[in-house]
Amino acid sequence: MSYRLTVNGDPVEIEAPGMRRLLDALREDLGLTGTKEGCGEGECGACSVLVDGQVVDSCMVPLCQVEGASVQTVEGLAEDGALNVLQAAFLETGGAQCGICTPGMLMAGEAFLASGAQPSEESIREAIAGNLCRCTGYTKIVEAIALAAERGSGAG
Amino acid sequence: MERPSSTTRTLTPGAATTPLIIPTDAPSRGRAAPAPPRREGPEKLTGLAKYADDLIFPGAWYGTTIRSTEPHARLLGIDLDDAFDWSRVVVVTADDVPGENVVSLIDDDQPVLVPMGGEIKHQAEPVALIAAAERSTVREARRHLSLRTERLPAVFDPLESEQQFAQYVVERGDAAAAMQRADRVIEGTYRVGHQEQLYIENQAMIAVPQPNGGITVHGSLQCPYYIHKAMKRALAMGDELAVVVQAETGGGFGGKEEYPSMIALHAALLARKCGKPVRMIYDRHEDISATTKRHPAVVRYRSGITSDGALVAQEIEVIMDGGAYCTLTPVVLSRGTLHAGGPYRCEDVRIVGRAMATNTPPNGAFRGFGAPQTEFAAEMQVNKIADALGESPLELRRRWVYTEGDTTPTGQVLRESVGGPAVLEAAAEASAFEVLRGRTREARERRGRGARKATGVGMALAWHGAGFTGSGEVHLASVASLELTGDHRIRILTASTEMGQGTKTIFPQLVADALGVEYDEVEIAPQDTSIVPDSGPTVASRTAMVVGGLLIRAAQNLRAQVEDETGGSFADSYRDATPRRVDEQFTPYPGVPFDDKTYTGDAYPAFGWAAAVARVEVDLDTCEVAVRDFVAADDIGHVIHPVLAEGQVEGGSLQAIGYATIEEMKLVDGRYQNDRLATYLIPTALDAPIIRSILVEKPYSGAPHGAKGVGELPMDVGAPAVVAAIHDATGVWIHDLPATPERILAAMTDGPMPPAPGVSQEQRDPQAPRVEDLPAGGDEMPLRSPTDPPQDFIK
Repeated sequence: MSYRLTVNGDPVEIEAPGMRRLLDALREDLGLTGTKEGCGEGECGACSVLVDGQVVDSCMVPLCQVEGASVQTVEGLAEDGALNVLQAAFLETGGAQCGICTPGMLMAGEAFLASGAQPSEESIREAIAGNLCRCTGYTKIVEAIALAAERGSGAG
Repeated sequence: MERPSSTTRTLTPGAATTPLIIPTDAPSRGRAAPAPPRREGPEKLTGLAKYADDLIFPGAWYGTTIRSTEPHARLLGIDLDDAFDWSRVVVVTADDVPGENVVSLIDDDQPVLVPMGGEIKHQAEPVALIAAAERSTVREARRHLSLRTERLPAVFDPLESEQQFAQYVVERGDAAAAMQRADRVIEGTYRVGHQEQLYIENQAMIAVPQPNGGITVHGSLQCPYYIHKAMKRALAMGDELAVVVQAETGGGFGGKEEYPSMIALHAALLARKCGKPVRMIYDRHEDISATTKRHPAVVRYRSGITSDGALVAQEIEVIMDGGAYCTLTPVVLSRGTLHAGGPYRCEDVRIVGRAMATNTPPNGAFRGFGAPQTEFAAEMQVNKIADALGESPLELRRRWVYTEGDTTPTGQVLRESVGGPAVLEAAAEASAFEVLRGRTREARERRGRGARKATGVGMALAWHGAGFTGSGEVHLASVASLELTGDHRIRILTASTEMGQGTKTIFPQLVADALGVEYDEVEIAPQDTSIVPDSGPTVASRTAMVVGGLLIRAAQNLRAQVEDETGGSFADSYRDATPRRVDEQFTPYPGVPFDDKTYTGDAYPAFGWAAAVARVEVDLDTCEVAVRDFVAADDIGHVIHPVLAEGQVEGGSLQAIGYATIEEMKLVDGRYQNDRLATYLIPTALDAPIIRSILVEKPYSGAPHGAKGVGELPMDVGAPAVVAAIHDATGVWIHDLPATPERILAAMTDGPMPPAPGVSQEQRDPQAPRVEDLPAGGDEMPLRSPTDPPQDFIK
């Protein structure tokens, strides 16, 4: 089967079985290895991407379900080679340590910023509750998203 | 657990970059300011960083491990079903190991693969390997391979085991006699279970055969030279033929200290047989099922107290469960034993530590390395004693904590850098401990029978020996190098790995500072054994102190050599200087050498010190615990990079909170039952409290920068602080970790206590899926066929 979708703004066509995981299609068919696999069962959020603006675990989404959809991955965040507001905030506050949860965490953060929700300790924690991090204790990730909300008014 | 209240912190962007650091008697050590951003941060934030599974090797095959499904058995045969075309795959057994069939570490007891006729000693033991060009072929082949075994009796309880891996006795004075003289003896038995490191990147290794007959492995790992040594022995290879290269590593916490050697050997054996690169990428289920955990332990404690509240005797017995093979168990036990007394003055102490074998997967390194287990017991004792004496746990610690000039149970005199009192005061003040304690006491007294929630506050204090134990560093004889290259670049050469903690940032910082150049002028070579020297493993919070110290000396040396040659300042003239390389080798720290036989002398060159105060809310209906606020104060000697150091404290604190409240492996027939992320839970952002970290600087003069290491310290104090807070809220002491709702309920109602943590139940559970029955992660959704109608996954 062949599936057409948009990835980071570019139209792509992927030849693969319909039940291929979106995660594998991104990593192996398109070479976008920024999206990570942590558990393969929708628990850790390392594979989070945006599908039509919604955060999803790409290990739980079959390719056939994103036909015609717009998919955004971590590779699409930097603007003209420069870190975007959220990425820069993560770098500044120390929101990324080992970096393996970071791509998924950034996508969850982007969805939060784009939602226009009022940034508070609780609303930010709620927004990243599906993304596990084992390094930071989350404190600096929450700070990074708050800092980006302050600076970037949701742009990303 | 529940979400933290949203009222406890005002989000003030920018506040994050001004950490609280308390210099004590520290002379200014020229902190390079401002601290640079994480060196490899941009690659990690853009998705460009290459972790092992991101690396592409054209034509690579996929490897898999056939494991035992019994805790103890004799291997009689490996049967290959004729219905499968075996020419499509390679199968590796112990017969294919060209060198010694051992995973080289401390003891030579663990085989790379169980030999025919040999003993299977645990449920996840590797017996055979398969590789093929397609994942689907590997999966199919697995179904056609079966093991013939004869089951043997298994031992699950370390208290019943007759096989001992190690025993240590630490003795000072006459504890038995002093106990006789004590006015009061307080006893306790504490049990802690397995804890999974749960790095978010699973274990991964790729072996690539080389034209010269050698093998290069690329992987997720902490200790390149452990793997190098293991490859040389098992593959019978020379130094140059075995090459280990670290890929970007997504967390380690000790979990990638020793197990990567096993995976590298497996991948290398398959690659050697099929002549192709072989990818061994564990999925989460295999990773939790098979790799090492924190050692379960039983700690029996007796403390002798005088009527005026002085600590006069300690008798402590520590029993750790090593699992089926030795791995690093003797060293874990050693650290656990040496720290078991806690950071308190006591003239008469006897500590006996023993590590026993059981038929469970081997336990190994995990942040804290034996100390979190024994210091949980030590701090429980102190909190219980304060309670029994009707005294504030803060006041008691003020009287008992080590100060300069005190002597530890090994006879080590604490001459300097003793930050115990400072971290205690810092944590108590920042958390308003006494005020909170007064409030929770009032609330407890006013509380009616129908109360639904209770708040409590608790504290803990710990010490943590910096660097390797005893003569460990002397035996390692680490080398760190600095190179002025032919094209005038400054390059750091060490085997110290970056796994999130900040090695790649702090090393260039230290070197730039010592050379008087900009941070960006200093490069760091890849962690590749064909390029960098053996600077020892990246463990034991030793990187900043030991290897960082070597680099500073190398930089001072290089600077002097270049300035001698050019007559100018290093910064202005190094581009005109002759290329050269400076190798700096470890020389012993000053002090009394440790005697490995008598367990006396300086166990560590210096100690880090940690204090924590936890505030919890306990739901009195469900007995769930929510940690609402957590203050951690850590004396790390010298803060090289405030943001990275705080990150270590915050992350370590949350791992300790998970250890205290929810993280528990359950075993049946020696096999982990909750071996998936859906069933082994770690704290989410909603479970995590706001963690406030305070960095205290009591520099250690033996290290040129005064740093003592930070990574493990916070792990020692979190659990006892949380359990003390649970006691403050509920009035019950929980002696087993984690303090789950079931254990709290049992304690509050005098009901039957759930089984002790860490000990396998005997019966087989016919419902539990076995490793080989489960779908491997891979190229298609595993749970349904392509013809099934898709379900709506996207909510």
